[in-house]
Amino acid sequence: MGGGTVLGMTRIDKNPEGGSAAVSVRGLVKHYGETKALDGVDLDVREGTVMGVLGPNGAGKTTLVRILSTLLAPDAGHATVAGYDAVRQPRQLRRVIGLTGQYASVDEKLPGWENLYMIGRLLDLPRKEARTRADELLERFSLTDAAKRPASTYSGGMRRRLDLAASMIGRPAVLFLDEPTTGLDPRTRNEVWDEVKRMVGEGVTVLLTTQYMEEAEQLASELTVVDRGQVIAGGAIEELKAKVGGRALRIRPADPLRLRPLADALDELGITGLATTTVDTDRGDVLVPILSDEQLTAVVGAVTARGITLSSITTELPSLDEVFLSLTGHRASAPQDAVPTDDRQEVAV
Amino acid sequence: MSTATATTAPALAADARIPLRGHLRHTGALIRRNLLWIRQDPESMFDALLMPIVFTLLFVYVFGGSIGQALGGGQDAYVQYVIPGMLAMMSMTMSQGVGTGFSQDFNSGVMDRFRSLPIGRGSVLFAKITVELGRMLFATTVLMIVSVLVGFEITNWPGLFATVGLSALFASSIMWVFLTLGVILKNAQSVQAMGFLVLFPLQFGSSIFAPTDSMPGWLQHFTDYNPLSTLADAARGLMVGGPVAHDLWVTIGWSVAITAVMAPVAIHKFRTKN
Repeated sequence: MGGGTVLGMTRIDKNPEGGSAAVSVRGLVKHYGETKALDGVDLDVREGTVMGVLGPNGAGKTTLVRILSTLLAPDAGHATVAGYDAVRQPRQLRRVIGLTGQYASVDEKLPGWENLYMIGRLLDLPRKEARTRADELLERFSLTDAAKRPASTYSGGMRRRLDLAASMIGRPAVLFLDEPTTGLDPRTRNEVWDEVKRMVGEGVTVLLTTQYMEEAEQLASELTVVDRGQVIAGGAIEELKAKVGGRALRIRPADPLRLRPLADALDELGITGLATTTVDTDRGDVLVPILSDEQLTAVVGAVTARGITLSSITTELPSLDEVFLSLTGHRASAPQDAVPTDDRQEVAV
Repeated sequence: MSTATATTAPALAADARIPLRGHLRHTGALIRRNLLWIRQDPESMFDALLMPIVFTLLFVYVFGGSIGQALGGGQDAYVQYVIPGMLAMMSMTMSQGVGTGFSQDFNSGVMDRFRSLPIGRGSVLFAKITVELGRMLFATTVLMIVSVLVGFEITNWPGLFATVGLSALFASSIMWVFLTLGVILKNAQSVQAMGFLVLFPLQFGSSIFAPTDSMPGWLQHFTDYNPLSTLADAARGLMVGGPVAHDLWVTIGWSVAITAVMAPVAIHKFRTKN
């Protein structure tokens, strides 16, 4: 597969529209002593699109967002947001961005409404407008009932929704979401995704960092994969998925006792996917990474030949780990909570 | 390349300067936030309420008799002596609050939200100082009520207001020091520990609690220019009579000098904090 043709599409130098990049990053470097948080990052986000920045903990995602939101000065390179230079025009830049992250949060001691009103005033809205905007956004993010309660009493999902509402007060042109769903349960995560999709529908340009391929696929149209401060791949999400060959089969035998024979059968088949086949004894199923439809057919054939009855077979997106393995040849540095590995035995195929 | 993109920036936000009214509006919004904290958590006012009461009773009734004798009177003489000292001490201890509060803001992440908003860096600092000065004023009022109850006589009422003004001036200068600590130290506990380390020698190596005549010579030199001593002595002069000029000027000098050095440092550290 010719990497250049697949990955070359986001270069601004060749961008036919010219200057329509809402975020443009060139050669960005930030070192902390020996640690290279960012080591020459190039990135472009076109207006009105959602760029996912995918990478494990410590890849430099948060450092990138902090530089783009003027909280941190880069050591080298430059970055512009909506045409404003992050170092030389921080005040103008701050006026056109919204920020929600693990760190930039609301004031826990203040009620939800007061948080939004305060930010409205800090963004120079007249009193009356700040009040209406706070009401509006609480309503929109389904927080009206909790308006008067301190944010510290909110559930995880409510907190994130308040964070999102806070970042929307100034009607930003560019929104930075730094791991918006890390630490949320799946249902709450879906809730936050729905909100983000609505915001995107209103034409906001979004740069989103995440550790989850699934999240990137849900929200982003383009993806930049980072590792150890460097961009290791980038492009439209469909293209990346094609490059990764991204699929894994989750196969569950009807009889849990047949789990081991099933794994053995797959073992004998010798399919070499992106990662290793794993047996999940907790869930009672086997996860087989595959690269092609032929392999899918072969798996089904092997299972049938052994006479193992299946209760389900589903296709999943590759995990961050698998994406990394296929793009870089090594595993992601240390995604602590990206892939649950407990109680899971690895079976080399 | 960046110059090319910079020129496409919308005219709307082209002027980066924040007008004075903007600064006032931002500071106002942040003061409101700090006041809401107090409403949400009234216990945070306990120190301002209880410290003046406890310290006054403690010093007047525990040490009052014996130190009063040395002053050539009794407990009453000590009341006249120690209350202005208390006022000076409180301006110092209350100013610590800005540092710990600030440190908490940084750790909770709300400070990053502020710093990503188009507001002047000073607004966040000024709001904190204003609210803490308000708390100090409250504590001073409590102190004055308690001190009148234990027999303190103010012979010069305008002097009381001058004293409060002087304390506020000095306290605000010290607050810049604590704001700086709040920005550079990792957590509120470190700020408190560091504050204690600074405050303790200043408080006891001073004329706040007892006259300095019996102290060794080297310590007297220290106390003579210790701003807490001069503030306490100025307060005595202003409220109950006596020489004022030297202490007044030394205190004002310290306040101006500390502010001139520490305010830019605090703002700079705040601006460049990662």
